[in-house]
Amino acid sequence: MSESAITVTNLTKRFDDVTAIENLSLDIGWGELFGVLGPNGAGKSTLVNTLNTLLKPTDGSATVDGHDVEFDPEAVRGVIGVCPQEPAFYRFLTGQENITLMGEMHLVPEAVLKERVRAMVEKIGMEDHINRRAKDYSGGMIRRISMLMALVNDPKIALLDEPTVGMDPNSRRAVWDFIRELKSRGKTVILTTHYMEEAQELCDRVAIIDEGHLIELGSPAELIEKHKAKNLEEVFLNLTGKQLKEAV
Amino acid sequence: MNARRIIALTKKELRKTTREPAVLFLVILFPITVTFVFGLAFGGIGGGGTTSFDVGLLNLDATSPQADWSLAFVDNLTTSDVFVMHAFADNDSGHSALLQGNLDAFIIIPEGFGDSVASYYGSPFDPSAWTNSTIELYVDSGSLMAVSAIPPLVQEALMKAIFGNDAMAIGLPVEIGSPGLVESSTFTQWDFMAPGMFAFASIFLTMIVAQTITGERDEGLLKRLKTTPASSADYMISQTASYMVIAALQVALVLTTSFAIGYRPGTGVAGVVFTFVIAVAFSLVAVGFGLISATLCKSAEAATGVSFIFIMPQMFLGTFMPLGGAAEAISKFVPTKYVTEAITTLFLRGAPITTPVIWINLAIVSLAGLLLVAVGTVLFERYGSH
Ligand SMILES: Nc1ncnc2c1ncn2[C@@H]1O[C@H](COP(=O)(O)OP(=O)(O)O)[C@@H](O)[C@H]1O
Ligand SMILES: [Mg+2]
Repeated sequence: MSESAITVTNLTKRFDDVTAIENLSLDIGWGELFGVLGPNGAGKSTLVNTLNTLLKPTDGSATVDGHDVEFDPEAVRGVIGVCPQEPAFYRFLTGQENITLMGEMHLVPEAVLKERVRAMVEKIGMEDHINRRAKDYSGGMIRRISMLMALVNDPKIALLDEPTVGMDPNSRRAVWDFIRELKSRGKTVILTTHYMEEAQELCDRVAIIDEGHLIELGSPAELIEKHKAKNLEEVFLNLTGKQLKEAV
Repeated sequence: MNARRIIALTKKELRKTTREPAVLFLVILFPITVTFVFGLAFGGIGGGGTTSFDVGLLNLDATSPQADWSLAFVDNLTTSDVFVMHAFADNDSGHSALLQGNLDAFIIIPEGFGDSVASYYGSPFDPSAWTNSTIELYVDSGSLMAVSAIPPLVQEALMKAIFGNDAMAIGLPVEIGSPGLVESSTFTQWDFMAPGMFAFASIFLTMIVAQTITGERDEGLLKRLKTTPASSADYMISQTASYMVIAALQVALVLTTSFAIGYRPGTGVAGVVFTFVIAVAFSLVAVGFGLISATLCKSAEAATGVSFIFIMPQMFLGTFMPLGGAAEAISKFVPTKYVTEAITTLFLRGAPITTPVIWINLAIVSLAGLLLVAVGTVLFERYGSH
């Protein structure tokens, strides 16, 4: 096993005229539940999509489980579970079939897969709906299914891009419990969010990013203490003079 | 590349076919319906009831001293089961009857026809001594059946008139035997159309492939797959395999439906197996065109439109639409033409499975399919997958 679960070294990612990530470095340890916190457009998705091999770095590099994301993407894909920000699923398949298909892509042995899907579905509270076609699911159900699709390979490293955005409180609780349980089993989890309470509630450490720059890094408690703030929201406000969330 | 992944993705694709009503319609119900409706409309029922053609006749040589020749020719036409003859007194009325669809064909025997035949018998071995004449034959170009069946039957009647029933008896070195033509009198129009149904059914797979791939791209599913160990080869092979299965299913559906309404192809098990093989090979063409459509388009809706650029020519130039002139020449570039030609050779002409032309057709379709899938894959990976 590599020393760190994830390293990001002087990473820059540009799209034509937009610099989404600029000279960002991070080191994420095994078993960490690591939050990437920032407003919309901060570069969170760009960061995780570089880690999950969909995007190539413009400059700098990143490794996942010691594998370079740019030069050894196949190895990276073998150890990660990816929950994209926009849940992608086959509308004509049932929830069960969607999850199973992803397990098959990872070549999870058949018997293991069946039992694992059953257990995951139960844990996330979808057992009553799992044989319905995905096109009939509510937004919250889709997000839960999408999360199970990401984790069905029981990955060492989970990359979850805003898994709870727009979820009702109940679904969000279910997903939080699920993420905590991942951590308790020693998994490394990268979680992007723009909900400061989510980061505060779940994460061992958070990286606060804004406009592609890393502006603060530490455990929620450390950061609150350091900035003499009430919560992460205030930390962000102190750092940038901006609200983290658009006013609701 | 991994078999388990390919099978899983293929299963996914086949599930879509059965679960998405639009796909189900286009892939399964559409071929059944078209076969059923066309089969009934064009005479499938009863396994080939005899067709007859209304043929107009203007004999301009009826009063010449050598009128016997033309009368013998007319006799042969009249006694044939297939022709119902109608005499016309002038050119214009015959042509107008043909234009109005009252006739399937119009024959004009020229003045001097009898002299012409007589001159042949005067010096059979000296063509320079013959007085040539031309029988004018106008066939309703709107009727595929008429276009294909009438000219050879008229030719046959003419030969009989000139040489008699037994050409050998007059000592000609060449025998005119045309047993196939005699049989053609029991064909229905459907017999001519049915071979084209197989390619017709599969052409629309291009549209499904284009829609599927653009849809999966737009919904982020291709990206999602790319974050797993599945390779693009797994994906492309599964797409291809799915549509091979579907094309085979379509052959079974078209065969079963047309069989149910009385169609009996003039071939055996080997010919039927060959039909499955060439249809499966053709599905590669459909997938290739689908990939190219997907590359060219930003959305599933646009891909549907663009796929018709590939579908239309194949539908009109390569299935059961009658062709002539330029269309015939262009059809050489249309893969469906070769599918239809091979199946026509087997089903209509009753050619044996060893006939070289069908294997050449299969080779052309397979090569075109492999090439199009390769080109489509490269184009899509490079320009279309983002
Ligand atoms: N494919 C892309 N093409 C061009 N610009 C992009 C692309 N993806 C992201 N961006 C830009 O990069 C910046 C960061 O986006 P993103 O990483 O999605 O932010 P976040 O996930 O934090 O909301 C934004 O300004 C966004 O418009
Ligand atoms: Mg994002």
